[in-house]
Amino acid sequence: MSLLEITDLAVAYGGIPAIEGVSLSVAAGQIVTVIGPNGAGKSTLLNAIMGILPASGTIAFDGAALGTSDVSERVQAGMSLVPEKRELFASMSVEDNLRLGFYRFRGQGRAAMEAALAEIYDLFPRLKERRAQDAGTLSGGERQMLAMGRALMAKPRLLMLDEPSLGLAPRIVRDIFHTITALRRTGVAILLIEQNARAALQVADHAFVLETGRVTLTGDSATLAADPRIVEMYLGQARSAG
Amino acid sequence: MDLSIFLILVQDGVVNGAIYALLALSLVLVFAVTRVILVAQGEFVAFGGLTYAALATGQTPGAIWLLGGLGLAAFAGGLWQERRRMRGGALLRHALFTLALPAAIIAATLVLAPRRAGIVVEVLLAVAIVTPMAPYLYRIAFQPLGNASVLTLLITAVALHLALTGLGLVFFGPEGFRAPPFSDAMILAGPLMIPGQAIWILGLTLALMLGLYAFFEKTLTGKALRATAVNRLGARLVGIPTAQAGVLAFGLAGFIGALSGVLIVPLTTVYYDGGFMIGLRGFTAAIIGGLGSYPGAVLAALLVGVAESFSSFWASAFKEVIVFTAIIPVLLWRSLRHGNGEDEE
Repeated sequence: MSLLEITDLAVAYGGIPAIEGVSLSVAAGQIVTVIGPNGAGKSTLLNAIMGILPASGTIAFDGAALGTSDVSERVQAGMSLVPEKRELFASMSVEDNLRLGFYRFRGQGRAAMEAALAEIYDLFPRLKERRAQDAGTLSGGERQMLAMGRALMAKPRLLMLDEPSLGLAPRIVRDIFHTITALRRTGVAILLIEQNARAALQVADHAFVLETGRVTLTGDSATLAADPRIVEMYLGQARSAG
Repeated sequence: MDLSIFLILVQDGVVNGAIYALLALSLVLVFAVTRVILVAQGEFVAFGGLTYAALATGQTPGAIWLLGGLGLAAFAGGLWQERRRMRGGALLRHALFTLALPAAIIAATLVLAPRRAGIVVEVLLAVAIVTPMAPYLYRIAFQPLGNASVLTLLITAVALHLALTGLGLVFFGPEGFRAPPFSDAMILAGPLMIPGQAIWILGLTLALMLGLYAFFEKTLTGKALRATAVNRLGARLVGIPTAQAGVLAFGLAGFIGALSGVLIVPLTTVYYDGGFMIGLRGFTAAIIGGLGSYPGAVLAALLVGVAESFSSFWASAFKEVIVFTAIIPVLLWRSLRHGNGEDEE
């Protein structure tokens, strides 16, 4: 049974459909990527899954339909979203940002929180160096690490990443994708949205192509990476863009 | 003016300023977390003061019935809003908070009020009666508005203030009340005679500020409240229910308002509608401080208090005019310094 099962999802902004009839699933521990051009509705899809945007259709997590449940209830259920704009607490310290990621487990005491914090610092040693600094003073790459670290503090079973490589230097992008591969070993399922189709198809097991609000292609990543339409539309573009 | 008058005026201003500082802090807090300008902050002051005055003379305060009514309304409102989602544990928690809590406070008051249980118990009781009203009002008036604009929230806040003033007349009557001071002690310091009540006010204000500081800096709940103020979406994404943060912020505002009322009712006669002018001074201080800075608000509140006491000495007929006019140059200066693109939504 899949961890996340979406059937016939639709979101509209003031009557204008942004995504329509989207069905996709993510199995436990799997990395699934959704690629597609700008404005195809990729971020809308993640925001709807997280409960930030109202949507029609059904979203089932771990076999239970989410209905109209609130964002915080979805976090409680084990879902985390790292949004495109990161949405960090800019005027609070790096460590406070991470601690707040643990909010879901606030009843579990200090030792549990410190243990979770230590794990995140292992994964992102840079954050440990910057622990006392305000989140707003971090570089772009560090912000992405902090956003991912904060989401991982909630120990999600499904981690959703919205354009984690956007606006980052190639070396940092490589680090971020290394981290995504490393996370696979912890058993967390990842739903990854990327414009960098080449890198996304390399780390993912399965991929969906979203174009003008609809899923136009789906398959395992290796097959899609070899599909001539994908090569022409996305991979060629990625190569020319560096 | 000689030195002793000068010192007395400063002392008076600082004591009043301490109260305004508390109110300014809670206004800043509520605005940061919920985007609501809590016009009704002063009503909690008046209700707190009147409730304590009643308890201090062995009467049963009418406020308990207001508390019960608001709890009931919050229970019904919450049930209606979340009729599709609330069940089991959430329903039980909702009932405990809106029904059982006021029932317990009402029962305690009915038992304790006629027995003159002593100042400490009466202060705690007065604060306990008034504090929960604020989160109930948030539940009734603001939570259903969800992500409404600041203007809609402000209009609602004004309506709430008017409604509460009316309810204040119903439950407390038109007469003003005053309570005996917490202690009759008087400290002589050079030319100054510092009454015990002033020491109480300054001491409790300082303690409360330190407590708030520790709450916001050291506890995860306090940090969650700050996080909600800094980035609402970010807070939702880590699982902080923003409605609960609003309830908590209002609870703190109700607590601070009620305590302020208890502290000032031995100094001045409090009427059911007298809170507004006190709250407005806190608001002035919060605005001068920039409506976003806690230390700024405290400093501005002390200035407002001192300006008030000096203007009431020199030109008492104009003291309100002088205090509230002080806001104009500050706003001018701020808008010149920051231009007009300030952090609007």
